[in-house]
Amino acid sequence: MMLHEHAAKDIFSKYGIPVPQSSLIVDAEDAKDCAMRLGKVVLKAQVATGGRGKAGGILTVATPQEAVQNARRILGMPIKGLRVKKLLVEEFVKPEKEMYLGITIDRKERCPIIMASSEGGMDIEEVARTSPEKILRMHIDPLTGVHDYQARAISQFLDKGNTALVDIIMKLYQVFTDNDCTLAEINPLALTERGVLALDAKMNIDENALFRQKFEEEEEDTPSATAKKNGMSYVALDGDIGCIVNGAGLAMALLDMIKHYGGEAANFMDVRAGANEEQMKIAMHLVSSNTNVKAIIVNIFGGITKCDEVARGIIDSGVKLPVVIRLTGTNEEDGKRMLEEHGMILASTSEEAAREAVALGHSHR
Amino acid sequence: MGILIDKDTRLLVQGITGSVGYFQTKQMQDFGTNVVAGVTPGKGGSKVNGVAVFDSVADAVDATKPDASVIFVPPRFAADAIYEACDSGIELIVCITEGIPVHDMMRVCAYLENSSSKLIGPNCPGITTPGGSKIGIMPNPIHRPGNVGLVSRSGTLTYEIIDLLSKAGIGQSTSVGIGGDPITGISFIEILRLFEEDPETHAVVMVGEIGGTAEQDAIDLIKQMSKPVFAYIVGVSAPPGKTMGHAGAIVSAGGGTALEKIQAFERAGITIGRSPEDIVRILKNII
Repeated sequence: MMLHEHAAKDIFSKYGIPVPQSSLIVDAEDAKDCAMRLGKVVLKAQVATGGRGKAGGILTVATPQEAVQNARRILGMPIKGLRVKKLLVEEFVKPEKEMYLGITIDRKERCPIIMASSEGGMDIEEVARTSPEKILRMHIDPLTGVHDYQARAISQFLDKGNTALVDIIMKLYQVFTDNDCTLAEINPLALTERGVLALDAKMNIDENALFRQKFEEEEEDTPSATAKKNGMSYVALDGDIGCIVNGAGLAMALLDMIKHYGGEAANFMDVRAGANEEQMKIAMHLVSSNTNVKAIIVNIFGGITKCDEVARGIIDSGVKLPVVIRLTGTNEEDGKRMLEEHGMILASTSEEAAREAVALGHSHR
Repeated sequence: MGILIDKDTRLLVQGITGSVGYFQTKQMQDFGTNVVAGVTPGKGGSKVNGVAVFDSVADAVDATKPDASVIFVPPRFAADAIYEACDSGIELIVCITEGIPVHDMMRVCAYLENSSSKLIGPNCPGITTPGGSKIGIMPNPIHRPGNVGLVSRSGTLTYEIIDLLSKAGIGQSTSVGIGGDPITGISFIEILRLFEEDPETHAVVMVGEIGGTAEQDAIDLIKQMSKPVFAYIVGVSAPPGKTMGHAGAIVSAGGGTALEKIQAFERAGITIGRSPEDIVRILKNII
């Protein structure tokens, strides 16, 4: 889960990482007061995605009038499918030098890794590609945390041992661990006439840790959000074959097989262990709410799944689209008989189900 | 024979009194696993399915000398359960729990490196040696004893492949699910080494998916192995930046696409299957 910039900056502030002065607004008219107070300001769309600048969601303005005009334009605009509901109005601070500082998880080494670069302000992946020597990578022992000497070495690499940077590195690591981050990033981290400032702030939080973290998630009314609320996982895709599967690996395999047979899946959906009557009903409704869907595949491979319950859920959902079902588990014969009586198509393997559904999807176009 | 476990393995179940722990203990017993003890703090002295329950792993170890443990406790207590098993000297720890915070797992893995314990998982279906023993939640009826070793990052997809293999008359030496999280204990590489040393294993199927580079990391080893390894990698149609169910299954800016993985395997001359049925066809041809 990615935090909005303003939320991440609030946390940075609490940990003593310096950030520019700012106000969060939802009404464009309020930009005027902010600009009068702060002078030249940067308007920053608060959406949880990258690429805000390119989409026109970040603008520097000189006067209160300009601030209001542009705030009106940015508030409400869509950026990568997310509507801008909040705007951060931040004092403009001229950077003398822009650096990059980020902490993430190295899956291979199974520990945190700090990355630092004297080339900040741009896409760090781009820097990694074009001039890898400009990035310092340092692994951190998760049991001890970052050592002072490590922070000094990073600071040496970034700006000749600037002690303010040593302090920020230690504090950012604290932010990273205390908040269960999968990413804590400052880009750019700027040297200014007022000292070192975090001009941007990015924090991604491990969703598995939300039981012990108190971040408010933006209320969303998307199939993904509904699925999550019900202990399932849904990702929208571009095709026309709806998919309901238990298990992420099997679900991905099914998408690949659909593609192999010349179709395109409309979604990824893992119903996890919840392959019971009620969950199946919810899943059927979610998947069929996408109007592109021409046919649905249900692929449940379970040792202990009660097939009669699954069958009842599918039938009672009342979804009228053609359905291909692959189902194994207990009470398998009962479940299959019920489905056949309702004119649904049974398949004995994932591959067969994919083949059948692609054919059905084509004939319903 | 197979790897890591056999019919003599003495198993401890952590979280035995929970609904999943209880049900899966029964399934493992039916499979033939020797379940010697269970642990649930506060429930010591009771019995589940004839298995004595203890308050702590230390008590269970004193009384029953288990050599492996399986963990069914909820995510927020799972790291603690792994530390407890490790500190009690349990050599093989299988953690089924899904949803453990990744920071917990980084610390757990660093801690285990200084011990003699091995961890399988978390977020995995466990390990099964047909005709021997089963630790975890793989369905009982799908397995068949034989000579193919299987190692995978997923659950139900693994079951489907095992099922297809068995129905085609191809049995397994041991099947291992190493887990779908970004950070897991035992790696593909360690399992492949064990299969290479295991006289019962004649060929290996490796099932990978998007995210990270755990699959590519095993390529050098596979090239040195005397036994054939066949790979199947899912997620070709997964869009970048989206988590596909498993916490670890995400194509990030740094790479980890299925195509990159498949191409790396093909460059190394390793045979790739395109579907579970394709894997079975390939194995049938060589056996």
